[in-house]
Amino acid sequence: MSSENAANFEAVASAVTGEIGEDEWYRPSPLERIQRTLHKYPALGPFLVLVVMVVVFSLVAPDRFLRPFNLSLIIAQVTVIGTLAIGQTLVILTAGIDLSVGAIAVFVSIVMANVNVALGIPGFLAVPMGFAFGTACGLLNGMLITRLRMPPFIVTLGTLSIFFALNLWVSGSATVRGTNMDPLLLWPGQPITLFDTRFTLGSLGMLLMYGIMIYVLGYTAWGRYVFAIGDDPDAARLSGIRTDRVLLSVYAVAGLIYAIGAWFLIGRVGAASPQSLQIANLESITAVVIGGTSLFGGRGGVLGTLFGAMIVGTAVNGLTIAGFDPLWQRFAIGVLVIVAVALDQWIRRVGK
Amino acid sequence: MTAAPQPVLQATSLVKRYGRVVALDHADFELYPGEVLGVIGDNGAGKSTLIKCFSGAVVPDRGDILLDGDKVHFNEPTDAQDAGIQTVYQNLAVCPALDIATNLFLGRERRVPGWRGKYLRMLDHKGMREDAKRELSQLGLLTIQDMHQAVETLSGGQRQGVAVARAAAFGQRVVIMDEPTAALGVKESQKVLQLIRDVRDRGLPVILISHNMPHVFEVADRIHIQRLGRRAAVVTPQSHTMAEAVAIMTGAMEVKMTAEEIARPAAVN
Amino acid sequence: MTTTRLSLLAATTALTIGAMGAAAQAQDVKVGLITKTETNPFFVTMRNAAQAKADEMGIDFDSCAGAFDTDNEGQATCIENMIAAGATGILLTPGVPDAIVPTIERAQQEGVPVIALDTQTNPSDAADATLATDNFQAGLFIGEWAKAVMGDAADDAVVAFLDVSDGLQITTEVQRNQGFMTGFGIDPVDNKFIGDENDARIAGFAATEGAQDKGRTAMENLMAANPDINVVYTINEPAAAGAYEAIQAAGLADDVLIVSVDGGCPGVQNVADGVIGATSMQFPLRMAQQGVEAIVEFAASGKLPAASDGLDFTNTGVVLITDKPVDGIESKDTAWGLANCWG
Repeated sequence: MSSENAANFEAVASAVTGEIGEDEWYRPSPLERIQRTLHKYPALGPFLVLVVMVVVFSLVAPDRFLRPFNLSLIIAQVTVIGTLAIGQTLVILTAGIDLSVGAIAVFVSIVMANVNVALGIPGFLAVPMGFAFGTACGLLNGMLITRLRMPPFIVTLGTLSIFFALNLWVSGSATVRGTNMDPLLLWPGQPITLFDTRFTLGSLGMLLMYGIMIYVLGYTAWGRYVFAIGDDPDAARLSGIRTDRVLLSVYAVAGLIYAIGAWFLIGRVGAASPQSLQIANLESITAVVIGGTSLFGGRGGVLGTLFGAMIVGTAVNGLTIAGFDPLWQRFAIGVLVIVAVALDQWIRRVGK
Repeated sequence: MTAAPQPVLQATSLVKRYGRVVALDHADFELYPGEVLGVIGDNGAGKSTLIKCFSGAVVPDRGDILLDGDKVHFNEPTDAQDAGIQTVYQNLAVCPALDIATNLFLGRERRVPGWRGKYLRMLDHKGMREDAKRELSQLGLLTIQDMHQAVETLSGGQRQGVAVARAAAFGQRVVIMDEPTAALGVKESQKVLQLIRDVRDRGLPVILISHNMPHVFEVADRIHIQRLGRRAAVVTPQSHTMAEAVAIMTGAMEVKMTAEEIARPAAVN
Repeated sequence: MTTTRLSLLAATTALTIGAMGAAAQAQDVKVGLITKTETNPFFVTMRNAAQAKADEMGIDFDSCAGAFDTDNEGQATCIENMIAAGATGILLTPGVPDAIVPTIERAQQEGVPVIALDTQTNPSDAADATLATDNFQAGLFIGEWAKAVMGDAADDAVVAFLDVSDGLQITTEVQRNQGFMTGFGIDPVDNKFIGDENDARIAGFAATEGAQDKGRTAMENLMAANPDINVVYTINEPAAAGAYEAIQAAGLADDVLIVSVDGGCPGVQNVADGVIGATSMQFPLRMAQQGVEAIVEFAASGKLPAASDGLDFTNTGVVLITDKPVDGIESKDTAWGLANCWG
């Protein structure tokens, strides 16, 4: 639009403004205001739930739960699932789902560890090779989804089994011990003691990745495309977005994130076991859903996922410390998932 | 009567077959500067195929499309958009969960100048919001204050307004509107028709495809009537009544028109 | 609406937690039990027994579990949370015996001993002590018994092996499997590895995940490949029950001998009903009880249980349960079995 045009038609615009749209201006009820606020800030709900949980557990077990050490411990405990959930969030935002997340991560951890230990390739090469391998696994998912037009659920259900089986084959079902590894592979497990807290480098790495992804999703065109594709793929394509290319990149980036999660996993447990992460798909989806991202795509974000992962971690830690039977951890997480999805359904009805 | 100016968008003898079905049978088409051209026709008359040829969604088998007198080939929607043809689709083609500013600039995001834009690929959210606001206010949609608002929180008319605003903002040459009033009530339809006039008054010619005769007759300068894959006639709201237009559409009335009559430019007052 | 729901949830949670907190007053000694899963009756028995023992001794007790059998990360989180909860000592059934070792070492650095139950860690001395079934002995018993019952026919037997996994080589499944082979007279070659044997009597191996439905499928597949199977070794009694269904459906119930390991009550009942020929009973109850006692003893004196003679763990015992005793092999009948079974 040219500026002279703009000047010309300001007059026309102001002439019609008076009668257009005034009747659409209505005052929302308090409930609607909550609905709209949650619609706008999807991470708010999970954040409040997290705050409530911390308060409740602090009242129940003030001496044990509410210690800086314990709170930093929770963050260390959610490092692996929290990292994998970043990739899962990206995929779910595009209205997809990734069931192969755990299989890719455990496969990468085995590849990374064996490249280092069995082949004797130093850590500074083995770690990036693991990252490249994870990206390739994600790329394979993306190719099957965009080229063969298969639904993500089916593709990743298939690659879940394929990657897991190959992982058992490559590893010979054997755990690779940390004692034989290059220190760089175990580096994410290094504790960092600050005052009374004890973080690990991996948990700080996870927080950094959340920061980067919040920026990428919120402040780059690629981030906008991820949301647009999940919200309405046809509209995105008609707007000139090359949706297949963006989708492919989403799965590749997710694969890279899973690979970083695999590195954190090796650091966290001090070993690479081919039998780990068998339900990481469900656990990461749980974190994403509790975090307020819609399974229908286009709504939510990674900040909520961070809260979602921490809610699960806090429930497990707090209930253990409070002396609950483990089955109540499952119960609590189940309730949270249902509440989160019910809330999402309600928020999605905004303005209807 | 003055000599006809050069059409902005022209099609000559377009043919499109789907197997044995002939959707376009040597169809001609002209759109002149500064006009709203209504396109009507019965179901299966080929009007949506014709329009899809212009928006890049369909590639014709034969025939030429000329933009400002130059031959163009659109293989996909982005080609047409790059050439300055913007389409407002019946299903709106906006992303309901995204906010207004994001929707307006979707696929054409602007980055902030300097190193943050260059290396961090940072978007110019502030600038895009300001432009979005200016665009909407120029189209008389000032009641929408918050550019952060998600499109799905808007009323049907306001949503259509966002879609139109996007087309108007980025359509350098032509805006195509496909059934823009189909899902709207009486009041909201009126606003959208006003939007169409506003866009035309800004100098952008508009193609309006609609089943709603009164709306077409209210806002169109000329009306292209499509029948059996080709152009049956071009009328104006002044020259023909709605009943006559329907008669031409259904074949109950035959019209022989000279090239000059067809090319009669819009009566811009 | 949202706020009401959330506050309701919070209120309910607070109430329940409050009640629990009051019941579980902090004590001097706190025992934490970490099982592989919370669903397997074996571990449920173990947990209930440990809880009862802790109540009896007047000490604090917490439990935690992995989400699936080999949930190493989940168990690592459990260990950390137990330490954070102030456990004096931890009882652990390791899901992945080698990968859990670095986490055990961290607990030990915090001064919290870890006693392995049921499954040994790898290396076995990573845990401060182990209370376990001699799984090789358990396999050996049923192998010897099957050989004795069959007599000369054992030389021409066609044996199917229903393991847990398809080659994961989980310690327990390897020990039971190789114990059976040894008892039956099949050379196990490397007795740390299933599948390297070359005895012609082996009809095949299949995975059951220790579950009845998968046990049936596995048996059906093995019989399809080799209809002459007449001896079936099973990793546990649910797998045995599944195998029996497959055999019965094929009309071969009287021709095939099934042996198993565990000593769960439904399994012992199956021995009494003639479904299973013999089973080796293990004692999760004893593991749990002795585990709790060991931690209390550690808190008092700093001493941990010693390994049994000739073993690198503390043997909690194995008893062969069958109603067809054979000479030279000590066994108990199903009446005794039903009185001492678990689950």
